[in-house]
Amino acid sequence: MAVLTYRIGARGPSGEIRPRVLAVCVALAVVAFAAFCVELTVGDYPIDVVDAARALFWYGDPTAVEIVYDLRLPRALVGLFAGLAFGMAGALFQTMARNPLASPEIIGVTEGANTAAVAGIVLGFGGTLSASSLALFGGLVSAVAVYLLAWRQGTTGYRIVLVGIGVAALFTSTTNYLLQRADLFQAQRAVVWLTGSLNLREWRHVAPVAVAVLVLVPLALLMSRWLSALTLGDDTARGLGVPVQKARLGLMLSGVGLVAFATAAAGPVAFVSLVAPQIALRLARRPTPPLLTSALTGAVIVLVGDLMARPFGLPVGIVTGAVGAPYLLWLLARANRVGA
Amino acid sequence: MTSGLRAENLRLAYEKRIVIDGVDLTIPSGKVTVIVGANACGKSTLLRGMSRLLTPDEGAVYLDGQSIHRMRTRDLARQLGILPQSPVAPEGMTVRELVGRGRSPHQTWWRQWSPDDGDAVGQALASTSMTDLADRPVDELSGGQRQRAWIAMALAQDTPFLLLDEPTTYLDLAHQIDVLDLIADLNLAAARTVVMVLHDLNQASRYADHVVAMKSGRVVAEGDPADVVTAELVHDVFGLRCEVITDPLSGTPLVVPFGRHKCPPTVPADSETTTHLPEKQRADR
Repeated sequence: MAVLTYRIGARGPSGEIRPRVLAVCVALAVVAFAAFCVELTVGDYPIDVVDAARALFWYGDPTAVEIVYDLRLPRALVGLFAGLAFGMAGALFQTMARNPLASPEIIGVTEGANTAAVAGIVLGFGGTLSASSLALFGGLVSAVAVYLLAWRQGTTGYRIVLVGIGVAALFTSTTNYLLQRADLFQAQRAVVWLTGSLNLREWRHVAPVAVAVLVLVPLALLMSRWLSALTLGDDTARGLGVPVQKARLGLMLSGVGLVAFATAAAGPVAFVSLVAPQIALRLARRPTPPLLTSALTGAVIVLVGDLMARPFGLPVGIVTGAVGAPYLLWLLARANRVGA
Repeated sequence: MTSGLRAENLRLAYEKRIVIDGVDLTIPSGKVTVIVGANACGKSTLLRGMSRLLTPDEGAVYLDGQSIHRMRTRDLARQLGILPQSPVAPEGMTVRELVGRGRSPHQTWWRQWSPDDGDAVGQALASTSMTDLADRPVDELSGGQRQRAWIAMALAQDTPFLLLDEPTTYLDLAHQIDVLDLIADLNLAAARTVVMVLHDLNQASRYADHVVAMKSGRVVAEGDPADVVTAELVHDVFGLRCEVITDPLSGTPLVVPFGRHKCPPTVPADSETTTHLPEKQRADR
């Protein structure tokens, strides 16, 4: 297997580079960038890719510049950052729990965000607090609840998944109850939120998720050495000098933060966290999902998904769900065959 | 005595269930120590406590005079390697990559991989005869090869103390002997101190310099296998009647158990004598 090692100076930084992972990352970044540029051209006012790119630098038609900056750039940026965040968070959860099904939808974070956002829409206390802020709050509260309930002289990835499933079920039924008692208009808004959508995103949606990604992604990358030891099991990781509880808390906080902020910005875009890491590890041919590759895969899925959904006037979550669900089924069928 | 690995008045518990109580144990440096005992006697728990996988309720474990519970996790990992029972590698991970993980206590955020790491991995692969299999996924190997790969990982960690929890579990007899020979080689080659838990008394007798027999969370006997492994001790610790004869190949004790079939009726315990073994050595506490 091709692995290159580098070393800068006798006492300088050193490390490994895997050419295949690097190539996959570059390819994904190119695709994501292309999709990002195309996003800027889609809409009622015709702007081609070249003009869109020029508009980014304030060149050309002032109307085009205004449309790109006020309407299209926020949407594309929310898609980009939310995709990165969902993909990376999925990789963190799946690797930590040593389970490809441990995505934020399944372990309760997303459900908590949903319940809070829907409660805001239906019960009407979203007046001062937007659905986004409520979702952020709900996601974080649910993550803390899962962590504390899973705590028993330390936590294990397995317990976090099991407790998370329980907490998620609780939130799901609360969400359903709220939808039952909502009137038609509220229910429609709630359902649009629950699908995950990039429609009508503004700069105020972009800023929080952008900051979260720019802070938490490098943090998670710094902790990836711990993560790779944790894939060998808690005992082995501790034997290798990893402070297991501290590492798991730090990794979980980064993952939860990414999901909560991304959900607040774009809604719970279905299946991205689950699918992106699994696609990434197969592309990169690695035993566990590589973090950066997973993040870029997430960005590609959300941006391309949105481009596919827009001609039909659909929210992006429907497309990612329609593609993600069969993938999940395939994964499950495969896991059964292997006997895992 | 301040050097070496030593447990003092150690009490280990899972939740409220006390498994190990008041154990004092000094591991002879540079030797192979084997912990034996019946199922659920606490032998694996003791090993976990001595490698800081469990935090003691009372007492402490000292490494060269320093409490391991106060050491930095990484400093301890440079001194003491632990191979847990039947560990599992992620699907698709290659042997070389697994062995490379053993280097993590020697790496920093800044310096993730150095030529020293490459050398240590190469040596670990060579001394476990895994060089030819280095690029194969661990999950595709046979049980014996897989265990060698894990031992190679522990070896790449390059620690003067190596603790192994039932390293022969799930292996056939030929591979059990193969793994035990390998561990003995590792002990002899670098005067590495080895502590392991084994189920098989005959293998323990053959490969141990020092045997520790445990019963109900306490050490009942320790010392040279020839002194410790006696018919009385086996009866006391395992509740099994047996005769202990001399292994014709190694000269170490060989336990031949009585059973209800194909054996002469068992004789009462008091008249049970073994010919060639000196008095049982009790651990004084």
